Amino acid sequence: MQQDILNKKSGHDQKVYEKLDEIKTKSNRPYYQKLKDQGKLFVRDKIKYLVDEDSIEIEDGVFARENDEQFLPGDAVVTLIAKINGRKVAIIANDLTVKAGTWGVKTIEKIMRMQELAEKRMIPLIYMIDSAGARLNEQFDTFIDRRHAGKIFYNTARISGNVPQISLVFGASPAGSAYLPALCDFVVMVDKNASVYLGSPRMAEMATGEKVSMEEMGGARMHNQISGLGDMLVKTEQEALDATKRYLEFMPQNWKETVPLSESIDPLPGKNIEEIVPANQRVPMDMYAVIDRIVDADSFFEFKQLYAKELITGFCRIGGRAVGIVANQSKVKGGVLFPESAEKAAHFVSLCDAYNVPLLFLVDLPGFMVGSKVEKEAIIRRGARMLSTVANATVPRISVIVRKAYGAGYVVMSGASMQPDACIALPQAQPAVMGPEAAVNAMYFNKIQSIEDPEERQKYIIEQREKYNKDINVWSPASQLFIDDVVPGDRLRNDLINRFELYSENRDTLEGIADKKTVVRRG
Amino acid sequence: MNITSNMAGNVWKITVAEGDKVSAGQDVVILESMKMEIPISADSEGEVEEIIVSEGDFVSDGDVILKLKQ
Repeated sequence: MQQDILNKKSGHDQKVYEKLDEIKTKSNRPYYQKLKDQGKLFVRDKIKYLVDEDSIEIEDGVFARENDEQFLPGDAVVTLIAKINGRKVAIIANDLTVKAGTWGVKTIEKIMRMQELAEKRMIPLIYMIDSAGARLNEQFDTFIDRRHAGKIFYNTARISGNVPQISLVFGASPAGSAYLPALCDFVVMVDKNASVYLGSPRMAEMATGEKVSMEEMGGARMHNQISGLGDMLVKTEQEALDATKRYLEFMPQNWKETVPLSESIDPLPGKNIEEIVPANQRVPMDMYAVIDRIVDADSFFEFKQLYAKELITGFCRIGGRAVGIVANQSKVKGGVLFPESAEKAAHFVSLCDAYNVPLLFLVDLPGFMVGSKVEKEAIIRRGARMLSTVANATVPRISVIVRKAYGAGYVVMSGASMQPDACIALPQAQPAVMGPEAAVNAMYFNKIQSIEDPEERQKYIIEQREKYNKDINVWSPASQLFIDDVVPGDRLRNDLINRFELYSENRDTLEGIADKKTVVRRG
Repeated sequence: MNITSNMAGNVWKITVAEGDKVSAGQDVVILESMKMEIPISADSEGEVEEIIVSEGDFVSDGDVILKLKQ
């Protein structure tokens, strides 16, 4: 017995364990205390929090630069395979306690190898980003070659649509590495800690003279509210990790698979849809209340909650089935589509299409925004991107006309002409090319101008509007079979459950395009 | 603190007067744009110091509608 222990201590195996201890512990890290003081977790503690207990199965490259003169455990990155809720995932996590998480020669090689492994084995990839960028004293060995840093972005872009890619931005992601989250499907940022930018404030001041704070230029809040690079803002690192687990519930392992059904749960109790949807089309209405009546209780997981709020996007379960919702929110900016909201929709639709998540559109919009400002912001080009993404989506697609549905806005919200599996309407629906005011003005402009008496003129306008109004109700298009069905609000959820089940049974693969992967494009 | 318009439109109704106390999230002006009522609310509580616009005015995205004293 005594001899065994002695053998072990001096043996080859023991040497491995000793080295592993030294590499994996946080106690010998010079920056660990600083990290702790900032309320941040050590990289391996983050991974431990995220994955199933004792599920870390394979960790390659753990001895990277073990022989180096400097102390560079793992070369500042942890790359491994573990399980989350029993599913295999690949994790690439920067270690901030080693050279501020910078990318050195072997960091880059390790990241690429894990990407390539995830791609080959077809398992989701999770990036935990917290890095000061490229390690400048190693820059001549990390930048130019075919397998240098740029290949990481090449891989991220090529993997897009093969396996889900999630970026958790815990700290900085400057310069080149800013492209990493930008190429992922889903980006979570920790408020006050995450910052993503091409040039630092110091660099901006040097180059242009601009004085700007890190938070204002590349902070988590800015990216969630304004640039749209962030899809979710969280307060703590734990929240970001919890969000990852939640998000993965709506994702299959890869583009060839579908999300398994879960048990159906009744929606939260509350006002019924008939009471929620006002007959007056001008009055704002809270679409979240309608969503609550349709989805399984507490299943709604919002995507880009803080960005372009006139359009709601998010995952949910309907009768246990994972579904992506795209819905107009008339409480914000009248629910009008802006360049930002159109792009938000395109990103989300391409994401659902890539990973076989069926889509539900809840339509209540007066159309695309008009005016010189939005034209200069390329509302046509960016709106067309939404249209193209919807038209090319091959997942089951149902649109519900909730209230108004005017013009091109109706079309891009997967209206009947976008060939959804079904275009159905609530009895309150009023689809039309445009609202009565605009329509009467456009159709009878000359006639209106020719009436000199103001009272007569107003009378004529009102008469024409009433006439027009008669035609924009749900019964004309239903009678003409332009829409497939008129569904009472209290039957909507059941109708959707039945339809999604039917349309998911098999897909009429649109000329084979469903057999091709869909690249997730953020904008 | 300035409360600004979030999109182009016409000022349809001003629902507060100068000197009024408002709470965070309270609607202060309703615009009409794209045939919809667009409520503009106060971001934080305060007292209405000055109303810059009149009913019927056109406002662009970002124009100051009223000033709030905290």
